[in-house]
Amino acid sequence: MIDGLLVGAVYGLAAMGLSLIWGVMDVINLTHGAMIALGMFCMYLLFAATHINAYVLLLPTIGAGLVIGLVVYWMAVHWVVGRSMLMSLLSTFAVNMMVIGIGTAVWSTSPYNVNFVLPGITIGAYTFTGNHIAAAISAVVIALALQFFLYRTRTGKAIRAVADNREAAELMGISSTAVLSIAFAIGIALAGTSGALVSTLFPFTILSGSVYQLKSFVVTILAGLGKPFGALVAGVLLGLLEGAVTPFIAVSWIPLIEFGLFVGVLVAFPQGIFGKRAAT
Amino acid sequence: MILRRPFFWIVLLIAAGFIYAPLRANNVSLREDLILIAIAIILASNLNLMIGYTGYVNFGHIVFYGLGGYVGLYLTTVRSWNLVLSALVAGLAVSLCAFLFGLAILRLRGAYFALATIGILQAVQAFVSNFDPWGRSTGMYLSFQSYQPLGGARRALWITYFLIIAVMALSMILSLAIKNSKFGLGLFAIREDEDAAVVLGVNATVYKAIIYSVSAFLPAIAGALMFYKNGMIDPSIAFEYMLSLEGIVMLMLGGQGSVIGAALGGTLYERLRSYLLTSPVLSNFHLVIAGGLLLLVVLFAPGGLTGWLYRLLPRARKVIE
Repeated sequence: MIDGLLVGAVYGLAAMGLSLIWGVMDVINLTHGAMIALGMFCMYLLFAATHINAYVLLLPTIGAGLVIGLVVYWMAVHWVVGRSMLMSLLSTFAVNMMVIGIGTAVWSTSPYNVNFVLPGITIGAYTFTGNHIAAAISAVVIALALQFFLYRTRTGKAIRAVADNREAAELMGISSTAVLSIAFAIGIALAGTSGALVSTLFPFTILSGSVYQLKSFVVTILAGLGKPFGALVAGVLLGLLEGAVTPFIAVSWIPLIEFGLFVGVLVAFPQGIFGKRAAT
Repeated sequence: MILRRPFFWIVLLIAAGFIYAPLRANNVSLREDLILIAIAIILASNLNLMIGYTGYVNFGHIVFYGLGGYVGLYLTTVRSWNLVLSALVAGLAVSLCAFLFGLAILRLRGAYFALATIGILQAVQAFVSNFDPWGRSTGMYLSFQSYQPLGGARRALWITYFLIIAVMALSMILSLAIKNSKFGLGLFAIREDEDAAVVLGVNATVYKAIIYSVSAFLPAIAGALMFYKNGMIDPSIAFEYMLSLEGIVMLMLGGQGSVIGAALGGTLYERLRSYLLTSPVLSNFHLVIAGGLLLLVVLFAPGGLTGWLYRLLPRARKVIE
């Protein structure tokens, strides 16, 4: 249960990136999974090279994510913002294929892991692994930082303004192109960071990103669009759900429950469970 | 009438060519190449009904193909039904399934629908991986006996091939017939502006659910035939997400909304993929190249090959649909 809660925070972080991009520019970022996978490999390479505390290495991972995000934005996304949904889905999907293709060629699809273990904490009969706790704390800290950025800084406010109404924001003198590229880069950096956190918990391959991409979709739909903090809460809920049902049914049934839930919520509350309330 | 459209006869000619070429030389490897092309054309054509005609992106189109394969293989092996009958039943069952799914998820629009189709694909795959009668994650195998009613394995494979070609021709004719019908016009209206279409008296919900289930029918039959031919099925082959997405690439490459575009895109992409997969240098990069191609098409030629052809030769629109 508690493990589920801790892992859920990481799911939430991954979903925040997706939710931010979707909410601000109305683009469903299908490179999300590939970026999560890149984050995993970024962490792997950095850790292999330096062997210092893996959670310190999150900082360079965030930096790399921002840079890659900008590159992808100018390569594929900028030209399709505002065009039909199909076009942005396809162009981000094309980038996804390229990243996965290169990744497969370089690392093949065999599993890797980051061999870094923090001492666990024992409370009563339960032992929590240090990595889970550290990953959850990192996820929450980053989520809080994002929340602060969006609500307290000028750039963050500009991002929210563009998300609300792009034309009006332009009239107020906000350069929407700059804002969109920053928002996209942040979204990618969040994806990469969550991938890096996952890599400290579980073994991974270049294809694992798609699992977390789908989980991110589930979480984003649960939370409603463009509500980064809602995404964190929904992520924790999803993690709790996974933790709570595991003792009772076989693990292989979990995807069915998750996606059943996903389609169900999508049909019943297209605005997300937290969406309506936040709107009023 | 559809018989008066020149394109109808072109489709029949293509199908005849597909049948004649490998038969004449008794060339099995050519047949295997053509079968992959035919499957690509079937998937792309039926996907076109959703994406090109109705403007709804279906990321999980492959679910129909896989489910059809499962139902078909189950009926032919476990129940030892006749192949044609089980393929038809598979098609109908999957269409019915799609109709029910469609009624639920087609209330969603645009991106939400696209995401729901991914959800459906994953949910069905997860379900089948846990479903005992269908062999869970190890899948099902066809016993060699099942080829006996068709006169041994060699003949059975040829018969399956002809049936698949027939399904391919039917897919294109179906696309053509829908394009030239009132129903098709209703779909185009939904694509252009769903609210306006509803105001003008198009029953959008029913139209969408029907086209969703129609687009499931032939791929399901193709799946039943193809997995019968291959002799085995398992969830990761049947519901291959990649293939589902590659169908979209084929469609965009050829030109969405056009019948020949889907066929052309399917053919070209399949050839390209076989070439890349077998070439020693490039085999690792086939995804990269396909992705790059898709990106270029999306950014610079959203009409695909046929869009480009139409601009070059406006009169071609009359013959090539």
